[in-house]
Formats: sequence, structure tokens, C-alpha cells
Amino acid sequence: MEYFLQQLINGLSLGALYALIAVGYTVVYGIVQLINFAHGEIFMIGAFGAYATWMILGQPTDWSTTMSLLVLLPAMLIGGMVASVTVALMTERFAYRPLRNAPRLAPLITAIGVSVFLQEFVRLFYGWVPGFPDAKSAIPFPSVPGLSGESLQFGEVLIQMPAVFTLAALAVCSVFLWYFVNRTKTGRAMVATSQDPDTARLMGINVDRVIMAAFALGAALAAIAGVAHGLRYGNIDFRMGFLAGLKAFTAAVLGGIGNIAGAVVGGLVLGVAEAMATSFIPGQFGSSAWKDVWAFALLILVLVFRPEGLLGAKVVDRA
Amino acid sequence: MSQTITDGHSVDTGTVLLGASAVTMRFGGLTAVNNVSLNVHSGEIVGLIGPNGAGKTTLFNCLTGLYRPTSGEVRFLGEVLPPKPRLVVRRGMARTFQNIRLFHNMTALENVMVGMYSRTQTNAIDAVFRLPRHRREELASTERAKELLDFVGLSKAADTLSRNLPYGDQRRLEIARALATEPKLLLLDEPTAGMNPQETRQAEELIFRIRDLGLAVLVIEHDMRFIFNLCDRVCCLVRGEVLIEGPGEVVQNDPRVIEAYIGSSETDDEPAVPAADEPEQKGEADA
Repeated sequence: MEYFLQQLINGLSLGALYALIAVGYTVVYGIVQLINFAHGEIFMIGAFGAYATWMILGQPTDWSTTMSLLVLLPAMLIGGMVASVTVALMTERFAYRPLRNAPRLAPLITAIGVSVFLQEFVRLFYGWVPGFPDAKSAIPFPSVPGLSGESLQFGEVLIQMPAVFTLAALAVCSVFLWYFVNRTKTGRAMVATSQDPDTARLMGINVDRVIMAAFALGAALAAIAGVAHGLRYGNIDFRMGFLAGLKAFTAAVLGGIGNIAGAVVGGLVLGVAEAMATSFIPGQFGSSAWKDVWAFALLILVLVFRPEGLLGAKVVDRA
Repeated sequence: MSQTITDGHSVDTGTVLLGASAVTMRFGGLTAVNNVSLNVHSGEIVGLIGPNGAGKTTLFNCLTGLYRPTSGEVRFLGEVLPPKPRLVVRRGMARTFQNIRLFHNMTALENVMVGMYSRTQTNAIDAVFRLPRHRREELASTERAKELLDFVGLSKAADTLSRNLPYGDQRRLEIARALATEPKLLLLDEPTAGMNPQETRQAEELIFRIRDLGLAVLVIEHDMRFIFNLCDRVCCLVRGEVLIEGPGEVVQNDPRVIEAYIGSSETDDEPAVPAADEPEQKGEADA
């Protein structure tokens, strides 16, 4: 039982990471029907932005726990968000907007191009800035006293502090998203645009601005996920966005792409499924090397039996 | 061939709100709207009639910035309208659609609140930090939206998803949403399509009440009884061109209008009433 609970917690915290990234896929898809394959790189840039902030702060290693949690962590989160939101808005403006009315395949291919571009850009940029570590391979993520390496013990169940941070971040973001979508006019404009862009325009909504808001929102959450990833695994890599992005995309499809609540649920389900598969499937099929196989097998199963996703996409009616 | 009798007749009470001059819209080789000029004055209800495919909705799309006319210009209160729907809305023109285009997965109240988008001041920053300004404005918007729902007679349906509303209510909700943008001119595209006679009468009464609020109305309809009851002036489009424009009784009795609808000359000598019934059935069949 403890073992099960332990795996459930592990799965949920991994799933929370996927969920934070998946929201970005789903809001952008909901509005412009674009699978933004570069979103994984936005997540990676969030982590590298947080790292750069830590460098700029003078690589503090001896700060007290209070200072770290109240100053260092928020500073790294904001630094990561600034980096990821800036890059996301630039990709929207220069790569996707010119193709807004092009056939669907064109922006999709562009997204793949943007993804490769951003990976290489980060790798070369870190090598070029004096004092920054060379980013050709994984670099150690700064440890935040009070989070890194710490854990909570509940009976037999051990929860790593980075996992607590990820889950708390997802909880806060979910409440924020609910409030934003249901209780603010920008949120309502976003929902309206995803349902019918032309009518939204006729209601006085600036659709370009709504699309930018969607990209910025997704990027901000991805940056939080980037920091969470760094704290959890202890290092970051310019290639880390690829698999994480693919998993988060899977989570978004699992929950029903276009549906924000679906992205959160899909992320958690995927994380738990991975954790359970590696713990309870016997023999070598249950080894961690097989976890991606089970994750994508789950995706295929859902697509076969429930193609609209677990919560069902909000079907856009363009009558 | 366009013929305009816009100036100097009795119902010209106010200033010219909308002035379309020589608007032409071509799609490739097809000329959907050809050299149409049309004025709407403040406080006026103007009807736009014509057989299917005459270009009525295309003209609406040109007026509201969904299409950029191939040539000609549209002025609103004397200024040339930018061909961008959201800016057109800001100037004070709102519309409804022939095929209802509500935000189906939003409640009636939310639909109306979306309409207020361009008339509220707070932005995403205020909302994120939950500034008191944002809170006050949200409350005021909610109040105003409820008033508008009340105005069109939908106060009970505020929390119903719009796709679950009966057809006639959806049409009225679209009008409430358009009113939420605080227009000076309201464009209605077949507001009674698919309605029964009782609902049609209610719609008529609603449009009169809208006019009493000080708005001008430009309405597309196939229901001739509805049009001639309601409108100060009627413009008949045929094959993208203005066939005739003038007071209801003149247009109603013009043999060319009757011919355009019936499509033959055998009814030439009959009074206009049978001609008026025919398109009514047609309108219902469309819906």
C-alpha cells in the first residue's frame, strides 16, 4: 500500500510537470489550430532563463533557506518566464503570424523548424556568453536551499521537495487559469475566439492580441515547468524540451486538445500511468527503459477508443 | 443601374449615420455586390430585401469590415470605415447573423459580456493582479449584461449555455450581444428566419423598442409583412444591384420588385399582397 502511494505521488508530480507544459499546447491549439511543436523548446528556454538569472545574481550558493525561497526562487521563476514569454511572442510574431492563413501544413513544418532553431540557438548562445557554462551537454541546475535535496516524510511515503513544488505550482496555476478564463474579459475573449474567430472580431475583440496572450500564457506556465524540471532532475540540457514536449503534447491530446482542464487531467493521468507501469509491470517490460513505450501505448489506446480525448475537446462550431 | 432616392423624403429625420457609396464586391468573376449606394440616418429603420443570392449578406459583410470591398467606400458618421471588424465595432456598428453565430459553449450572460469587450477599460494586467478597478468593472459588466438580457426577454436564461436555448431565444440573445457593443446602428440579418408568427411579432416589437433607444436599424428580411410593418424605408437588391429604394408602400407596389420575387410577368396586374406572401414562405424554407 505504501509502495502504491509512493508511486502515485511520484506519478502525480511527474504528471504535474507534463500538465504545466501541456496547457501551452492546448491554449494555442484551441485558438489558432496550430500544434506548436516548438513549445517544448519554450519550456527548455524557461529553465535556461532561470539558470541565467541565477548566474546574474552572482551564483548564490550560501543563501539561507528563507532568502532562497522568498528571493532566489521567485527571481529564477520570473527570469525564466521573461525569457520564455519573450521567445514565444517572437516566434508567434515572426514565424507563425505570417503563415496565419497558409495551409495547415506550413505552420506545422515551421514549428518543427523553430524547434530545431531554438535548440541550436541556446546551445551556441551559452557557449558564446563569457562566464556561462558550455551547454553542449547537460549542465547542473542551481540548487535552491530548502527545496533541492530536501523531502517530506509521511509514514513510509517520501515526497521530494521539488515534487511538492511542482504539485503546488500546478495547483496555483489551475486556480489562476480557472479565474482567468471565467472571470476576466481577456479570458472570455480567448474562449470566444477559440469558438468563432470571425464573430469574436465583430464583437470588437483584437484577435492578434488574444493569440499573443495565449502564447504568453502557455510560455509562462512552461517556464515554471522548466524550473520544476531543473530542481527535480538537478540538471538541464538544451535537448530536454524534445521528449518533455512530446509527452506534454501527448497529455494534451489525452485530455482532449483545446480543453484546458483536459490538459491538466491528461498530464496527471500520463504521469501516473508511467509511474505505475514501471512499478507494477513485472520483468524487463516494467523497467524504466520501457516507460515511454507505455506512455505512448496509452496515447494510442485513447486515440482508438476515445479520439476526442478524456474530457473531450470543445468542438468548434463554424456553421 | 443603381438608383438611389436617399435624400429629401419624409423620414429623413437625423444625420447620416451610415453612408455606403458605390460599393462593389467581386469574387473572381462573380460580382456579388455591384455599385450599391445606401444611406442610413439616425433613428431610422431601413429594410434590405431581395431574392436569395441578391447580395444582401455580402453587402452586410462589406459594411462591417468582414470583406474589403473591391471598390467604393463605407462611411460612418462621415468617416471612412477601416476594413477591420473590431474597429468597425468601436465606431458604433453591430450586427447579427443569418445563421446564428453565438459562442455555443458559453452561457447567455457570458455571450453578452463578450459583446462588451471593446467598451470596458481594464486589461489583462489589472485582471492578473485583481485590482479593485477590475473587480468593479466586472460587477458593472455583469449588471449591464443582465439588463440587456432582460431587455430582450431572456433574464431567466442567463446561465443557460447558448447552444441549449430554443431557436427564437438564440436570435434574441444575438441581438442582446450586439446591443452590448453599444452600437449606434444595428444590422440584423434575417432576424425572424425560422420563427413562428407569434415570435415574429415579438421580434418586431423588440426592434421598435431598439429604435426607441435611439438606435438606427438596418434589417435584411424575406418576410414582407414584417418588413413593410417595420421599415421607414426599404431598399431592394437584385443580382447585386439596387433595384429600387424608397418608402415601404412605393417599393411594395413596384412591379419590378414583384417580378424579381415571382420571376414572371403573369402577376403584373395583381395587387402586391400575394407577392408579399410568397417570400415569407421562402424565408421559412431557407431556415
